[in-house]
Amino acid sequence: MKVPYSWLKEYVDIDVSPEELQEKLFSCGFEVEEMIDLSAGISKVVVGEITSMEKQEGTDHLHVCTVNCGEHGNDLVISTGAPNIFVGARVPVALDGATLPGGIMIKKRKMRGVESNGMMCSGEELGLNDDLYPGADVYGLLILPEDTPLGADICKVTGLDDCIFDISITSNRPDCQSILGMAREVAAALDKPLKMPATDWTVTGEADDSIHVEVLAPDLCPRYLAHYVSNIRTGTSPRWMRRHLALCGLRSISNVVDITNYVLLEIGQPMHAFDLSKVGGRSITVRRAHEGEKIVTLDEKEFTLTPNNLVICDAEKPVALAGVMGGLNSGIADDTTQLLFECATFARDCVRKTSRALGQSSDSSARYEKGVDQYSTELGLNRALHLIQQLDCGDITPTCFDCSAGLSRERSVVTATPAQINRVLGIEVPEDEMKRILERLSFEVRDDGGVWTVLVPRWREDVEGYPDLAEEVIREYGYDKLTPTFLTDAAVTNGGLNTAQKRALTTKRLLCAQGYYEASTLAFYSHADLDMMHVPADDAARRAIPILNPISTHLSIMRTILAPSMLKVIVDNLKKGNSAGRLFEMSNVYIPRQMPLTELPDERMTLCLGAFGPDEDFFTVKGTLEALAEEFGVQFTYRRETVCYLHPGMTAAVYCGDVRIGAFGKLANDITAELKIAKDERAAQNIYLGEFDYAALTACAAGELRYQPISEFEPERRDLALVCDEAVACGDIESAIRAADKRVTDVALFDLYRGEKLGKGKKSLAFTVSLHAGDHAMTGEEADGAVKKILKELAKLDVTLRS
Amino acid sequence: MQELIDSLAAQAAEALAAADSRATLSAFWQEYLSKNGKVAGLMKQLRTVAPEERPAAGKIINECKAKLTADYEAAAERINAAELAARNAAEAVDITLPAKRRPMGALHPITLVKNQIIDVFAGMGFEVYEGPEIEDDDHNFTRLNVPKNHPARDMQDTFYITEDILLRTQTSPGQIRTMDAKKPPIKVLVPGRVFRSDSDATHSPMFHQMEGLVVDRHITLCDLQGMLDSFVRELFGETAHTRLRPSYFPFTEPSVEVDVSCFECGGKGCPLCKHTGWIEVLGGGVVNRKVLENCGIDPDEYSGIAFGIGIERIAMLKYGVNNIGLLFENDLRFLKQFRE
Repeated sequence: MKVPYSWLKEYVDIDVSPEELQEKLFSCGFEVEEMIDLSAGISKVVVGEITSMEKQEGTDHLHVCTVNCGEHGNDLVISTGAPNIFVGARVPVALDGATLPGGIMIKKRKMRGVESNGMMCSGEELGLNDDLYPGADVYGLLILPEDTPLGADICKVTGLDDCIFDISITSNRPDCQSILGMAREVAAALDKPLKMPATDWTVTGEADDSIHVEVLAPDLCPRYLAHYVSNIRTGTSPRWMRRHLALCGLRSISNVVDITNYVLLEIGQPMHAFDLSKVGGRSITVRRAHEGEKIVTLDEKEFTLTPNNLVICDAEKPVALAGVMGGLNSGIADDTTQLLFECATFARDCVRKTSRALGQSSDSSARYEKGVDQYSTELGLNRALHLIQQLDCGDITPTCFDCSAGLSRERSVVTATPAQINRVLGIEVPEDEMKRILERLSFEVRDDGGVWTVLVPRWREDVEGYPDLAEEVIREYGYDKLTPTFLTDAAVTNGGLNTAQKRALTTKRLLCAQGYYEASTLAFYSHADLDMMHVPADDAARRAIPILNPISTHLSIMRTILAPSMLKVIVDNLKKGNSAGRLFEMSNVYIPRQMPLTELPDERMTLCLGAFGPDEDFFTVKGTLEALAEEFGVQFTYRRETVCYLHPGMTAAVYCGDVRIGAFGKLANDITAELKIAKDERAAQNIYLGEFDYAALTACAAGELRYQPISEFEPERRDLALVCDEAVACGDIESAIRAADKRVTDVALFDLYRGEKLGKGKKSLAFTVSLHAGDHAMTGEEADGAVKKILKELAKLDVTLRS
Repeated sequence: MQELIDSLAAQAAEALAAADSRATLSAFWQEYLSKNGKVAGLMKQLRTVAPEERPAAGKIINECKAKLTADYEAAAERINAAELAARNAAEAVDITLPAKRRPMGALHPITLVKNQIIDVFAGMGFEVYEGPEIEDDDHNFTRLNVPKNHPARDMQDTFYITEDILLRTQTSPGQIRTMDAKKPPIKVLVPGRVFRSDSDATHSPMFHQMEGLVVDRHITLCDLQGMLDSFVRELFGETAHTRLRPSYFPFTEPSVEVDVSCFECGGKGCPLCKHTGWIEVLGGGVVNRKVLENCGIDPDEYSGIAFGIGIERIAMLKYGVNNIGLLFENDLRFLKQFRE
């Protein structure tokens, strides 16, 4: 919020510099985001009087003037092209070496052969406009009053020696969304009295009994004040008011409109002024809009309304969107003579919803959304009426209305003891200090035998209990007076990661040791990403939870698989010239229990692997899986499977016992061919993806570790060279060998051979089989027996010993 | 005899000097020192010597044998050493050739920072709880003292799934879930992903937070500062300390914004701290009594402190990352720079 320093000074005798004030405000909770110095960039610009002027020879518009700048020189020769000069005019003079806003430097220089010792300035060149300083918009030089002291600093003379604080106000302090609200805080912080703006007025006009005001929706409009002002004399506002409005970025329109804007800025109370002659039936009704009812706002936009919108209506139609914007044709115009002020409290949620739904906002709706208290509503109307009288622009009649839903107008009460307050803070703030601080902030403290009854100012709707008072105390007393303690009274507790959390971290570190970098990707994507992965329309992955208000269509559903995100990361890396790498991500996927959701979905921790580059193949990635299996103390088995985005011949489902953990494989050729990378690079890509249910994996993990006694007997080892058809899988042979005899403790492939001798479509696999008898050294005969059993089992697969 | 011995000794010395390999050395052994060698031959010739001279002659032969044996051993050592040196030279490698290994990967910087924070607070007795990322309105807002229509809801642009189910906008619902599950003393950290519909150089629609909550008897605002002082010292160095200033969060009262003394300039003022000497790192406060009540904890008996840390912000500050987008691009050249 923009707060001019000069305006604040009208309510508080500020005896500190703007910089010091900024510090004070910061320490009590008001961060000044920007301090705008109006004189920024202006230096060496002073008041001068033109003492002589003559047309410069050989030019049609330049004049050579002699200028008296008092102590800065009484006969400076300066050329100017301005049309409005005359002898005796007092004007701003930028001396040699002066600077003007926008980084402009003024230097002594020759203009058409005549030395010019500076520049005489227009209002615009100084950053002024008519509202900030009358006459500033004139084409030509800024003509200053005749009595302006010669040689004086132009900033002091024109009010540019001012600054504007842009203050960020937290949402619990709507009362500070006004100059007066901030002035209260400044007064408290500096321990100075607050000078309240005048709100007195007297009746000078005649009552009008024909006016009718009624509120039919008190839930959305708890307080509605209206006051009839007759005999309106529209005109321009006085200089001080225009300046205040201009400092806050508002343009002056006319005295009556300016008064409503002034009250909005000063008190924080939005007001609306109706031209009563345009209000049908001289009747105001505040009600919910009818379904389909229409209104045209003063910016000439038409809106179709619903009963969620509160409207102000005349006898026939809505004439304003409550708290948001007035309607076309019911507002103040130059010929307005009868005015009805509206000063109301509207439910902030209603204003917000209407404003959002219609995409229509205003200074007024912004203020209502933050919250306007009843105190401001009363104060605001009285202030507006005072200003009407002060500016002499209308006659205040006795005709007024106060429609109230009956909310309490009493101050709320908080009961607290100083000890309670100190217990929140952890330090001992002296009682009298505490009391003084609260009183400075307009709280009233009644001490009843050590128990305080604290009356809360009416504008402080945020204060509800003693912790709020503790905050008030400490922000004035100073956070630097806290003495850091280290949980002095807290019980000792056992901290750190639990077993599952430790395991997750161990898993991540294991993957890092396997060369994988951890990726972090967004939890949402779109169906287009599933399209990229050729996920069929009826696939379970398509049953994704949609976001009602996504930030973009690319991020519109919660992900059900991680692989699309991983593939995008890989493609991004390829595009950046990172031609090889390994990446993993451990994140949740979101599986709905029903659609639409009526309960929270299943969030399944999922592990996704991605590996790409010339050194990767199916088995390097399989190696990662084996490392994981070792880490978890389990054995994986691999089965052929089809996954829509993986190569049909290079996909393995990973099982731990009968539990499917996930699948991995090479990215399908047709998907690789569609990747958004250079065409000639696509064929060369070697991308592997894997996706695993981490929760299922941890569920399979081995339990508590137990030591297995080491056998004193060496295992007996036999090498078996086998021959079979190409179609027989190595894993099946291995399983068969293991299944053949329970004394088989290990089966390890040591050679795979294909050659003409074997014949086409045949292959030879050689295994070392370890056999162990358990309680004794295995004899040769026992081993031979076991081999016989193995060969018998293998025969069922058409696997024979190689001759 | 003496002559014979001298001549043999001279002959042998010459042969030994010429020996330059195990093979020639072995031949020398055969010729002179073996059972049938020339020294043994001399011994056999002792019989031809007069008996009274035999002991003297025998002694000379033995001396000769001992010397030859010693010389032989010295030569053997010399040759072994030479051969070893030759082998070593032949086997030497260029030790600056690249190593053969699978390069290491690394954890994401967000995980690194998250782990560091957890380590610090684990030492203070904090457990770690991870709540659901898709939350209900009740846990994310209402019970945190942000009822429907509360203006604080506007502070956070929320992604909705249904009217009542949403993507959590903060890790604070973890406070509620923790207090529902257990009663004081409570010290818990809630790390996790959070979501807000906001995206620019400093905002990502998904980011990470770490919530901290302590509920016990006599917990005060001073405890919050003491605890956070300890935290920033661990994370930013021994001289780091905090400054509290008033702020507003619906679930704490009083609420504070916590700044850390600038670890780049030590508080003197630099571009990192925008010449203020302080950097905003987190928010916190004394747990609002209503929040305790909402979780069935008696606010007259217990009090609490809570804080919320933006993990990306800490990571960006610690590692000098200037655009939050980098943390979600997963460019390997970026990820490779982060090691524990």
